[in-house]
Amino acid sequence: MAAYCTAQTKPAPTKPLKQAADFTLTDANGKVVKLSAYKGKVVLLNFWATWCGPCKIEIPWFIEFDQKYKSQGFAVLGIAMDDEGWDAVRPHLAKNKIPYSIMIGNEALADKYGGVESMPTTFIIDREGRIVTMHVGLVSKKDYSDDIEKLLAKPGSPVKRSAVGQPSAIGTK
Amino acid sequence: MIAVQSPANTSLKKGEVAEVKLRLEVKPGYHVNSNKPADEYLIPLKLSFDTTPLESVSVHFPPPKMEKYPFSEKPLSVYSGAFEIVAKVKSKPDARSGMNFANAKLRYQACTENACLPPKTIDVRIPFELF
Repeated sequence: MAAYCTAQTKPAPTKPLKQAADFTLTDANGKVVKLSAYKGKVVLLNFWATWCGPCKIEIPWFIEFDQKYKSQGFAVLGIAMDDEGWDAVRPHLAKNKIPYSIMIGNEALADKYGGVESMPTTFIIDREGRIVTMHVGLVSKKDYSDDIEKLLAKPGSPVKRSAVGQPSAIGTK
Repeated sequence: MIAVQSPANTSLKKGEVAEVKLRLEVKPGYHVNSNKPADEYLIPLKLSFDTTPLESVSVHFPPPKMEKYPFSEKPLSVYSGAFEIVAKVKSKPDARSGMNFANAKLRYQACTENACLPPKTIDVRIPFELF
């Protein structure tokens, strides 16, 4: 636990990147969201909670990134980890217009991502569905934009791109 | 993130109010929200005696620290380091006389300067002797 005292960033390892665990959840608007359907896009996967102050700093950045990079093949997905589920999250969403999909997470999903003991915890996933970076705690906006722009500049594998459906084919030039 | 020192044995008579002092210590580098956090979304520190032989008359918290963090626009009302809360309690009508234990529940939510841990509820065992 002490390892989470300060913000941590795990940069791209030299060993093969780990595939992000797939999940299927329903977002606040009733849309079914399957992570693997985003293959071909760069994805920022943010674990947050309504009781988390640092998370509230980052969310406006993520809204901005979502708008700025969407056309280049980028998506933000938010996983709220509130125990009270939608009862806690819906009022927050009503106050703060978040344009990207917000889902409710659970322990089983968190376990697939290493436990997610601290909020915020954010994963940057490349077009091949691999975790490139994990940020634990509040980091700078620039750290995120650098990560995203670096991955957006990399073309995805043409073979894999052609093998997947929507929304992955967008912006992979 | 919070360690609770075992409270001293409390003696009380049936129907009378007694004080239970709890010494808490927050792990270095962390803070917990006070009982009256500055924002509605923050989870307050709370001590409850819901299903024990003792019932709470009142709980007194020390003055909080108003601290500014990188993630907060305004100072937050928090506790860090060691502090003491004092619960005024009385026995429930069906509590038996003699040595006894009450289990209180302490709910808190801890953060560092840049990350937060999920809210947690811990059991606090309180020894008391009822006359």
